[in-house]
Amino acid sequence: MSSDAIALVPSRVSSRPIVEVLHDWIVTVDHKRLGMLYIGFALLFLVIAGIEATIMRIQLAVPHNTFVSPEVFNRMFTMHGTTMIFFVAMPLVFGFANYLVPLMIGARDMAFPRLNAWSFWMTAFGGLLLYFSFLGGNGLYGAGNAPDIGWFAYAPLTARAFSPGHSTDYWTVGLLISGFGSIGTAINIIATILCMRCSGMSLDKMPLLAWLNLVMAGMVFLAMGPLSAAQIMLIVDRYLGGLFFDTQAGGSAVIWMHFFWIFGHPEVYILVIPAFAFVSEIVPVFSRKAIFGYPVMVAATVAIGFVSLSVWAHHMFTVGMPSYGNAFFALTTMLVAIPTGIKIFNWIGTMWGGQLRFATPMLFCVAFLFQFLIAGLTGIMLSAAPFNWQLSASYFVVAHFHYVIVGGILFGVFGAFYYWFPKMSGRMLNETLGKWHFWLFVIGFHLTFDFMHIPGLLGMPRRIYTYEPGRGWEIWNQIVSIGAAFQAIAILVFVYNLVVSYRNGRPAGSDPWDAWTLEWSTSSPPPAYNFAVLPTVRSRRPLWDAKHPEDPDWKYE
Amino acid sequence: MSTVSLPLSEPNVEWRLPSRGKVGMWCLIAAEAGIFTIFVVAYLFYIGKSVTGPMPAEVLELPVFISICLLSSSATIHVAGKALARGRVVAFQFWWFVTIALGLIFLLGTAREWHRLIYAHGLTISTNLFGTTYYSLVGLHSFHVTVGLLALSLVMTFALLGKVNQAYAERVEVLSLYWHFVDAVWVVVFTVVYVIGA
Repeated sequence: MSSDAIALVPSRVSSRPIVEVLHDWIVTVDHKRLGMLYIGFALLFLVIAGIEATIMRIQLAVPHNTFVSPEVFNRMFTMHGTTMIFFVAMPLVFGFANYLVPLMIGARDMAFPRLNAWSFWMTAFGGLLLYFSFLGGNGLYGAGNAPDIGWFAYAPLTARAFSPGHSTDYWTVGLLISGFGSIGTAINIIATILCMRCSGMSLDKMPLLAWLNLVMAGMVFLAMGPLSAAQIMLIVDRYLGGLFFDTQAGGSAVIWMHFFWIFGHPEVYILVIPAFAFVSEIVPVFSRKAIFGYPVMVAATVAIGFVSLSVWAHHMFTVGMPSYGNAFFALTTMLVAIPTGIKIFNWIGTMWGGQLRFATPMLFCVAFLFQFLIAGLTGIMLSAAPFNWQLSASYFVVAHFHYVIVGGILFGVFGAFYYWFPKMSGRMLNETLGKWHFWLFVIGFHLTFDFMHIPGLLGMPRRIYTYEPGRGWEIWNQIVSIGAAFQAIAILVFVYNLVVSYRNGRPAGSDPWDAWTLEWSTSSPPPAYNFAVLPTVRSRRPLWDAKHPEDPDWKYE
Repeated sequence: MSTVSLPLSEPNVEWRLPSRGKVGMWCLIAAEAGIFTIFVVAYLFYIGKSVTGPMPAEVLELPVFISICLLSSSATIHVAGKALARGRVVAFQFWWFVTIALGLIFLLGTAREWHRLIYAHGLTISTNLFGTTYYSLVGLHSFHVTVGLLALSLVMTFALLGKVNQAYAERVEVLSLYWHFVDAVWVVVFTVVYVIGA
């Protein structure tokens, strides 16, 4: 309805001088541009952190390898983990939330556009600071460059005595700053969803994506607050001579673990709930059915968010907690499986009896369902404290959480790319390249992370830079490294697809998937003001109502 | 609360949503509460774990006067906000100024306390765990008071320039939410540091 008014805008933009275009992107407060900045920033860091992972897999492909030194290996796993969580996964999640939430709730922008820009640039600045450590981490001491403390930076590794120079400072300040950016974006997401919905969109008529992002943003406060506090304490220790984590002065190394994981475990759900959101939007459209059990999906998400706040110490079973502590955290961790299982059944219930269309977004979502299920099952295995004592800090754990983050979150994000790229760019992603990307990545993912469980079960600890031959680990590590190569090729196909399709992809039109939520009612890409006339909705699927006036949803909801 | 007395009855349902300023501030308060919670937990956890003196019981005195000042500033900012909502700009300016003055007294009182602790008792942030946790928690709170005072002073400047009128009542209310939060945190800090900790 609003697509005619703005057809001229793209052609006018492309003819302007490059400096002006860049200037526009830097000063922008438009939620769509900031969303794409977030996503572009995340893709850049995805490639960087992927290269770091590749370096580690080359090093571990054969025993006694000398591809990198032990010091470099430590830096690689620290930077890979930190980058992937804080500067790939978080910006991807925030980028899609930024782009999609206002469009899906029929708003013209986020509640606080300038706060939005501030938040993005804080995140970007944090990422640049972290990577500046490669140059600046030397300081005056001539020691180290990038941080080598692991992504959870346990005390006393971060103490001045064990981390001379400035590498740890870049790590902590970078995360503190990007954490403030995350809090800013979370404030924005909640204020946007609560205060900017179009007429008629009561909370029970919001798209599930908006609901899930609301829960995610609420969790950001409860997770990022503690992380920021812990980082401030670390800065006090390192710069002002504080004693928080100095065990010789009565401080506690374990309390850092608590503070970090009070952030760290909700963080997993902060990342996976938006992936749930993508799947909850894509699966119905490609099954040609409304989502099954909408209220239960919302309730299950809120339940996951709530329970996940009290599971953090399952990362710390081997520290030696009292038995009631172990029992509590084992039980709460297992409890998360119930609402998560409900969600998986609901997605299957949505597909059940539907007219399935296996376009690339749907392929990624189906793979997500299987892989996230397995990731959850190994999670339940690890939640049993005695089992955890045996396998904590082994490659089994590494395989488990990569199954969650790659097999779950990243597959959901890839689905989102194929589904919403036409809206963002006005062009379809190439379907053939998409299928190549999908199958190469599925093969690479399973080669790497299925077989990574086995050396863990055989006793291979994480974070070792090499290993002795003859322990039965060689063949598994080789398979894992070969899988990494497949994944790298798949990512290259994906990036190639993004570039090629952005230039000469098939024009998408406003609604290429015959979908039902408001973002498909405006042109692709949407004009700066999103909607010429703010929409009014009467059901959860406003475009279904518009396309089928004889049988609208609001008669049944 | 005033909707009951509204004489208008719209034929079609009006679409009303909460104020984004208030929602945004409540969200910020939630995030800040997360930060303070961790510092409070650290304080409680480290009570009595210092391996050298001075200990809190030896050096801490109840800051009763400045606490009364800070807590009453919550009342004065409330009165100021109500005055602005009714369009009484001069009364708003007066009570707003009183709020700033009370906040300043609190900060000066904290500064005196720190001066006494540092120079009379030799307690710094690196002396012992008490020092580390005390200066971090009280300092984090004082930092928030300072930020609040800067924001209040900015509003005061605009008010003296005649720019703040009834139309800004809601924005002023958003800022006073933050100020109430800072005061509420002080209740927790006071209890933890001066009552439980000493």
